[in-house]
Amino acid sequence: MTSTPDRSAVIRDSLGVGIATGLYGTSFGAVAVTSGLTVAQTCVLSLVMFTGASQFALAGVLAAGGTPLAAGFTALLLGSRNTLYGLRVGPLLGWTGARRAAAAHLLIDEPTAMAVTRPTRSLARVGFLTTGVSIFVLWNLFTLLGAVAGEALGDPRTYGLDAAVGAAFLALAWPRLADRTNQVVAALAAAVALGLVPITAAGVPVLAAGGIALLAGVLSRRPDPTEIPEPPR
Amino acid sequence: MSLWLAVIGAGIGCYLLKLAGLSIPARFVEHPVIERIADFIPVALLAALVAVQVFASGQSLVLDARLAGVAAAFALLLLRAPFLVVVFGAALVAALIRML
Repeated sequence: MTSTPDRSAVIRDSLGVGIATGLYGTSFGAVAVTSGLTVAQTCVLSLVMFTGASQFALAGVLAAGGTPLAAGFTALLLGSRNTLYGLRVGPLLGWTGARRAAAAHLLIDEPTAMAVTRPTRSLARVGFLTTGVSIFVLWNLFTLLGAVAGEALGDPRTYGLDAAVGAAFLALAWPRLADRTNQVVAALAAAVALGLVPITAAGVPVLAAGGIALLAGVLSRRPDPTEIPEPPR
Repeated sequence: MSLWLAVIGAGIGCYLLKLAGLSIPARFVEHPVIERIADFIPVALLAALVAVQVFASGQSLVLDARLAGVAAAFALLLLRAPFLVVVFGAALVAALIRML
């Protein structure tokens, strides 16, 4: 990204990010149906929830044997970071009324990242919309493809798809793990979750690990601008 | 039925969280502690999800092919492989180990 990109450069970059991100809807579709969701439920998640980490989390908690309530709550907790993105890009995008309500659906990692760096409102809107719309279309299309393929495969263990779920979470966390404090938080959260697995119902360990975020937020001193992970290439 | 409820309820909830971010004036929620907590939530939850996905089998902790799969994912991420390569690479490694 240059400091003063023109419109077509912004569109080109945004489409690149949109395509790369949309394609991995395949992995969500495949993982979701092997976690016990139907193809219809998987597709509704991509259409309505439309925020990757929350969708993967809902499927992951179900796959581990958690209740639908625990799965939904984990998804909501992960969705809370989109609120922060909105606070950052809202004034920059400057939409109101119905446009704002529509734009809100696209408020996820990548469109935010492709908007915040723009020098003008018009370029920010182009980056946000091009990235958001291209992800939405492709993410839903490839979710359906992945879900249908995943269902045709049968037992997920044969194809290692149960290992793919953990890999997906690791890949989603990766851009945030360069930071030292985040590494400590991640290690503590993983330890708390594993410690709770034998003594609590499935789904509880992950939610309880959210307590580490609470603790770290209160104890940490670092000045902290909202983190927006770098979009995929 | 309750699964549909969770899917639709959490889906709408996630949309409302997005809408709130675009609608609420930043000064009402901008507080360093709240922002730090919100930033740590994805890291903490995703790390916990990795751990549970890799080691938990019901109520017990086990070491099986999933660990090899996620180790492969870790290596692929270090090599800056794209998301899909990481995810399906991990699946492939776990599947191969089970075939041995």
